[in-house]
Formats: sequence, structure tokens, C-alpha cells
Amino acid sequence: MADLLGKNFEPPDLRAKVTGRAKYAEDFRADGMLFCRLFLSPMPHGRVRSMDATEALRMQGVVAVLTADDVPSIPAPGNPILTNEPHYVGEPILAVAAVDETTAQDAIAKIKVDLEPLPFTVDPLESLRPGGPNARTDGNTVIPREGVQEIKWTEEDFAAAEDGALPMGKPTTEWSYGDIEAGFANATLVLDESFVTAGHSHHSMEPRSAMSYWQNGKCYVYGSTQSQTQIIGGLARYIGIEPQDLVYVAEFCGGGFGSKGGAYPIMSIPAHMAKKTGRPVMMRISRAEEYFLGSARPGFQGRIKLGFRSDGRITAADLYIVQENGPNSGFSDFTSAAGAVSIVYTPLAMRFRGIRVLTNTPPRGAQRGPGQNQIAAAVEPIIDKAARQLGLDQVAIRRINAPDNNSRYGGNQGPITSAYMREALDKGARKFDWETKKAQSGQRRGSKVIGIGVGQAFHSAGSSGFDGLVRIAPDGKLHIHTGVGNLGTYSYGATSRVAAEVLKCRWENCEIVRGDSSRHLPWNLGQFGSNTSFTMTRTNYAAAMDAVRKLKEIAARDLGGSPDDYDIANERVFARANPSRYLTYAAAARRAIQLGGRFSGHDLPDDLNGMTRASASALAGTGLIGVAKDNLERRGTVPALAAGFIQIELDLETGMIDILDYLGVADCGTVLHPQSLANQIKGGAVMGFGMACLERHIYDPHYGLPGVVGLHEAKPPSYLDTPVNMQWDAVNKADPQNPVGAKGIGEPLQGCAAAALLCAISDALGGHYFNRTPVVCDMIINAVAGKAQSHKPLQVNTA
Amino acid sequence: MMEKTPDTAGLAGPSVIPAPPSHLPHEIFGMGELPGRAGVSRRDFIKGVIASGAAVSGAAYLTGCVRPTSAMQGTVERLVSLNVNGQIRRVDVLPQETLAMTLRYKLGLTGTKLGCDRAECGACTVLIDGVAHYSCSTLTHRMRGKQVTTIEGLESPSGELHPVQQAMIDELGPQCGFCTPGQIMSGVALLNANPNPTREEARRAMSGNLCRCGAYDHYLNSIMRAARGGRGGA
Repeated sequence: MADLLGKNFEPPDLRAKVTGRAKYAEDFRADGMLFCRLFLSPMPHGRVRSMDATEALRMQGVVAVLTADDVPSIPAPGNPILTNEPHYVGEPILAVAAVDETTAQDAIAKIKVDLEPLPFTVDPLESLRPGGPNARTDGNTVIPREGVQEIKWTEEDFAAAEDGALPMGKPTTEWSYGDIEAGFANATLVLDESFVTAGHSHHSMEPRSAMSYWQNGKCYVYGSTQSQTQIIGGLARYIGIEPQDLVYVAEFCGGGFGSKGGAYPIMSIPAHMAKKTGRPVMMRISRAEEYFLGSARPGFQGRIKLGFRSDGRITAADLYIVQENGPNSGFSDFTSAAGAVSIVYTPLAMRFRGIRVLTNTPPRGAQRGPGQNQIAAAVEPIIDKAARQLGLDQVAIRRINAPDNNSRYGGNQGPITSAYMREALDKGARKFDWETKKAQSGQRRGSKVIGIGVGQAFHSAGSSGFDGLVRIAPDGKLHIHTGVGNLGTYSYGATSRVAAEVLKCRWENCEIVRGDSSRHLPWNLGQFGSNTSFTMTRTNYAAAMDAVRKLKEIAARDLGGSPDDYDIANERVFARANPSRYLTYAAAARRAIQLGGRFSGHDLPDDLNGMTRASASALAGTGLIGVAKDNLERRGTVPALAAGFIQIELDLETGMIDILDYLGVADCGTVLHPQSLANQIKGGAVMGFGMACLERHIYDPHYGLPGVVGLHEAKPPSYLDTPVNMQWDAVNKADPQNPVGAKGIGEPLQGCAAAALLCAISDALGGHYFNRTPVVCDMIINAVAGKAQSHKPLQVNTA
Repeated sequence: MMEKTPDTAGLAGPSVIPAPPSHLPHEIFGMGELPGRAGVSRRDFIKGVIASGAAVSGAAYLTGCVRPTSAMQGTVERLVSLNVNGQIRRVDVLPQETLAMTLRYKLGLTGTKLGCDRAECGACTVLIDGVAHYSCSTLTHRMRGKQVTTIEGLESPSGELHPVQQAMIDELGPQCGFCTPGQIMSGVALLNANPNPTREEARRAMSGNLCRCGAYDHYLNSIMRAARGGRGGA
């Protein structure tokens, strides 16, 4: 083997990032480029009665106006491109192109739009009440494959909930396994807790700007997305063209965190405007607009009833989640949250019920650990509450419930590929010196008190069935084509190294081909769902193994014997019996071109995706083509698991938190790239600290206006919210269903840290549990003073 | 060649410094008020292309996040000489133009990023006479007689990276990379002022630069490595 895996390396895109040469979407230019600005809805729900752009179009430099009538209509409740019925403040109604941005913005101000205000809501429970307002004219919930529906709970449903507890009316989703009634009957301790997790924005550092032009019948788009080939189909549909007529460039992405995983409607506007005007169009999205268009994590109003044996084992779990869904289709956070409870705590019996409720707030989408991280933040402190009441250690109660390789996932109780949560807890407790730090819990220094916490989180982190594509060029260089995308984790690089490893190529002799759909990329899954490490190692393995087979076949043809008589090393294919009989990779590539057929990419496997087929066909005749669909075996969910350990100092007078120490431990299978794993573990934790203590949507219930449209209001964590030093480790046990043992990990690294921090706050406060995220300073001060909080227990979108 | 114009230094007054965002719809949405009357029909105004023929220039972008007031409209670009990365660059600059806009859209120095355009994130950080500044909130006209250094100006003429850049590679500082140029410029400014900072000092000095990936620990490792002359370790 080339011995590349598990080693640090310089990712090929890194130098461009530190020199400023990396080109993000807004850095591209085209001659004659126009600029586009958006007219956004000023109200949370309305209907356009009429528009008048006469004055705007008369302005010098204004070129065109684009409305919802000019662009493909997206079936409701999908996110529209432009709309005549805005469902949230900031929803784009029309776009103006002008020779400069100032003129475009001035023109926006001169367009008269007569909007009829419609009923709206920013509170799911308000919408569920009998006679409560609906976010959409046709209903207040969305059911997959059924669309928008109206569901109202009864007065009895609301009356049945005791004060502060979540009412539990009719759900839209429900599953269970085992006998939960028996589980609760056999429990020593039963906790029934209601909770709120706040919605919050993604606020990627790079706003979702895009530039587009048309040339020779093809549409070129320079966009900001985490993914590459997964964007093509969706974006082509938004533009209204065939996928092969789209050239999509996304070499760098300035952060996405789920919000740029797939194509999003707004990125097609420059393409529509460019078509209409016949000129290139740049659409820069502002920071404020990013808070409307930039997606957001849905909030939960939830309730969980947990039964515990005296040793802490969870006998039964009964979970109900009301998901604040935004106005459109949203994301499946609430069902993922239930799945996470089933695998992190492996309750002996479990029931899940849930409902999405539409609100006139920004459209929701997947954000790092969608559902799994909210539920980690909500439930982990409740586990601590149980430990406190049962007299158990916080690590011990998690350990006894932790999943292993035989654990089952979700309502179907399906199999998993591997789980080493217990090992992660053990390794973390040792490295963190849990016992010593635990002994410091509650120690006072002036107004400050020490707290400790441990948190866990999960995400399903791997897929299969995508295509790999490599090419050995006549000069012997290995070209690894990857269509996965580049969200900033370098996993596109670490997983590409598997092809080099299989082919025993020097890394210096490899080139990763990516970032531009005209560069002949294979059909790959996108960079989302923490899947890349698992999925892309498989596709690159499959393609490289295909290349190895072809190398051996070519050697057998030319040098005699059978392919099995040959092996590879040092970029040569050689006879095992006589290593002096060999072909260099360069010579084999030249022979592949001469032989043609499947060697050169002219004949392709039948099971390839059409995109891979087109890319391989374009490369045909330029070298030895290794191309294959990942048909390796996979049975079950691929769990990414993470544990976080934290020690804090909490100031009882100010509510300020100082994180003294943090350790994140990953169960991500075999470690591919230690440096990037370290960066993920720590960076995920930073996002977790924000989720736990800083970030939340705020909406004015009277007018439906947003209170968070800037970074200083949204409060993503800064250096000063982060510990001076952070630690990391990994279990580093191979997943048996991945050819190199790898699993994904990105998402639970946030949830485990958020959970650990919330647990530590409650620990420092001697067992005060807030049942809410974020826990902000004034909540801590109120708790210390024994005062009521300024919000009601189930209130959402509060200041 | 340079037309005589009044001194524009006075334009650095509060009216052109990006204001904190207001939640009033007219600030966010660029519209004064909702029109109460029905206008012409939607079909009437969609008239297709009105060609203007004007070429793209840097002035095509909004200069800063505040929409120019009517008093600003019609103001002309004025030729100024800027010292950027040791070179004298002559460029036409609008009175209200920010340094970030000039760098990115007139001088082609797109390594300086705009993450917020209102002094919240630090992605646009550059050095002015060696001191870190948010270029989104600095008027270009104020740069006369000053030395501006951007991320593109850190490499030596022979292509050798600045120690902070090299340390960012050695420590895998960046994740998505969008905030990286600003982080590096703040790091360079710190080491200019304090070549041997403690980690705590570095953390405070860097705290004006946000990173949503949360790569702070790796960025700090990079700064500390650069301070140690490129050596790894504690």
C-alpha cells in the first residue's frame, strides 16, 4: 500500500485559501456583467395585488425586471424562486437588473408593489389551537407526499397538558417498538420533561451569491454550494434546461453547514436574468438577506418521558416533537431526532410522535446534525437529571445505555454497521481525567463556580451506490475525478487518496479533478449528511480496483500469463514470479488507448449513472479509465457517534461562561486525515457552544418581523466564546462495511459539545435544568436569583 | 488629468459609515413604504431589455451597505493614487466608496472577502500602515498617503509565503477558507505589534474575525507557530 491513509497531507486547495487566490462565486467577472438586486417581502404573509415598475424601468441604467411569472413555478410547498404570495419577511418577490448595483437598488425602491396582508403566525402552538392562524392559505402542516394539510388540536388537547407541559394532540408521524407501558411500569424513575430548542440561522460566512451567463446554448453558473454533481439536476430544473446544458462551477464554498447541500432556488435568478437580458448577471446576496434566504435550523417544542432502572438503563422512551417548519417543505429534523434517541440511548421500548407546523419564518433546511443535535441538546441534560436522582455518575449512565455493533436504529429497528460509543466515552473519560475534574464540580472562586458535563450525539453518516472515476494518463499520472463538492472539510481530498492508496501511487503523482462540471465528473452524492468519508472512499475504491484489474489484464495480454499472475507496486504492474517483467502505469495507459473498449473508456459498465457515463465517454481514449459503481455490500445505517467532555467556570453574578477545557472524541471508524478530523471535532464544538448558549431566532409576534438580521444579533461564537485550548481524540476502530474502515463524523461533533456545555451549566448550578436552548446569560441570572424567566415555558422565537 | 474637486475627507462623516441594521422594512428592503394604490398591471411593466451599453466597472457595485442618498447621486469618481502592496495604483474612486470595493472590484484583488459589509465579521481585514482594519468600513479616499497591504501582498516577490500563511498550511488552519484572508491579515498585524504573544493575547487580538466553521483553535495554532518561527509544538 502507498500508506497514505491516516496521514496528514496538504490538501490541494489549501494554498489558494491562504494566498487569496481561491475564487468563490462572487470573485468571478464577465464582460458586460449586469447586477441584480431583489425586492423582498416586507410582511410575513401577503399576496401581490399589483405591481408597477414603470418608473423603475425608466431609470437610466435599469435593464430588466424579473417576476414570478418569468421563472419556473415550484410546486408548493417547495421553496419558490420568486413568488406572488410571500410567506415570510424577506421572501423575494421580484428582481431588478441594472448596469450597477446602486442603480438596481434604487430601482427596487421605485417599484410599487401592492401587497394584501394575509394571516400569519410565528408560533406553532398558536397555529395548532382551534381557530389559530395558518402560515399558508391552505393549511398549517406539511405531510410528505400529501402536501399541505390543516390540523388543529382540540381545546381538550390543550387543557390536558398541565402547566408548562407540551400538549400532545394529533401527530402526523408516529412509530414505536417494544412495550413502552411495560417499560415505564418496570422503571425505578420516570421523568416527563417538556423542552424548547430555538431555531437559528446557518449564517455561512460566504453569502449565497451567484453569477451566470449563457454561451453557445449552455448556461454557465458560478455558485456557492457544498456539493458539485448533486447540484446539476436541481439547478437545471430551476433554470428550466436539460442537465447537460448546464455548466456548473463551484470550486470553493464559503461555508454551508447544510444550507448549500443541494441546489437552492435563488441561485437560478442570475441565469434567468442573464437569459432575459442577453448579458452576464451577478447577484450578490447581502448579510441581511442571508438571514432570510440562507436557511435555518427548525426549532422544537418537545416532550420526552423516560423510564430508568436503578442502574440507569433506559427502559422506555416516549417522545413528542412539534417542529417549527418555516412556511415551506422544510426538513425532517423531528424524525431524525427520534432516530437519534433510539440509537444513542437504545431504549428497550420507544414511541415517537411528531408534527411539523408551518410558520411565517424563513424556510428551514438541514443544518449540521438536523434533528440529532437539537435532541442531543434537549435530552442530554435530562439524562443528567436522572443520574442526579439515581445517584449515578454522568458517564456511567451514558455508558450503560450506549450502542454497540448489535444495536438497532429507529422505528424499524434496522441494523447498523458499527458503533463504538462506549469506547468513545471510556477513552474520553480517561483523557479528560473525568474523575479529577468531577471532584472539582461546584468549587467556588469568588462569584464563579465550576461545572462539568459530558454530551453525546449521533448522525447517520454514510451512503452507497455512487460512481467512481479515475484515469491513468499516458504520462503515468493518476487523475482522480470527484464530483462530491468542497464544503471545506478537505474530505474530497482525503477520500480521493483511497484511489491512490489502492493503486499504490505516489500522492505527488496524483491530481484531483473537481469543481467544474465541464471537467468530466462522476455521479456522486453531495457533501452533506456527514456521508463523504464513508461514501466516497467506497466509490474511489471501486474505481481504483477497476483500474487495478485492467492494469493486470493489459499486463497479461502483453507479457503473458493470466491477470492473477500480476501485482502492482511503484506505479508498475509486474509479474509476481518475475518482477523484472512489468509495465509502467504510463506504458499501460498507452496500451489501454490502443486496446480501446473498456480499457480506454469506450465500453462502459451498464450500471453507471448517465452523468458518469457522459464524463467517462468524454475521457475515452485519453488513458486507462477506471470506472465503476460502488456495489460493495452495505447493510444498515452508518452511525457517526461523538462524545464531548467539558469543564466550565460560570459566573453567578453575570451569567457569563468561561470554558476551561473541552475534549471531543469521535467514533468515525478508521481515521483518514488526522488534521482535518481535529479541525472538525473542534470546529463542530464551537458551533455547538453557539447552539447551546448564543444563537436563536427572534420574531415579533405582533408584526412577524425578524429581530435577527445581522451577525451581531445572531451571535455565532467568536474566539472569545471558545476555550483557549481544545483537545480531540478518536476511537479509530474500523467500520466493517467500508473498504478502508471509514465512517463520516462532521455533524454529531456539534451536538455532543452543545449537550456537554448545557449539562455543565446545570451542573454548575447544582442541578437546575432549563429544558431550553440557548441558555443565555439572563436565564442563568434569573435561575441563580430564583426568579421566573422572562419567557413562558413553551414560548418560541423569544428575545 | 485630475479634475479639481473639493476635499473629500469630509465625506468620512457618519452618513457614509455603515449604520447598525435597522429592522425597519425600508432599510432592509430598499422601499420607502408600501404603496397603497394599484399600479399598472404586472404584464405592462415587463418590457424586456433596455440596453444601456455601459461597461462593467467597479462602480457597478454598491459601495458599502448603505444606499447612497440622493445628495450622493451624481457624484463623480475622482482619480487617486493608492499604495497597495507596495505598488502605486491609480484608480477612479467614488466619494462614498469603501476600500473593500476598490480592492475587490477595481483593482481585482478578490482575496479580500466581504462577509457582511458592515464591520461585523472581519473577512475584509487588510493592513493600513501595518495595522489591521476592516476594509468594508474604510473609505478609499482616506487611503491617500497610506500603505495598504492585502492578502495578495504577503508573499515575497520570489513567491515565498509569509510565515503566518505557511503556518496556516502546516497547521491546517482554514476550513472553508472564506474568512482565512482576514484571519491571516489580523494575525500578521498582531505579530507586527507583538512578535511573541501568549495564546491568550493572540485570541484577543484575533477576536474581530469571525469563523463560522469554528476553526479558531487551528487558526490560533497557526499564529502561535508563526510566532515561534514556524516550529511546531506547544
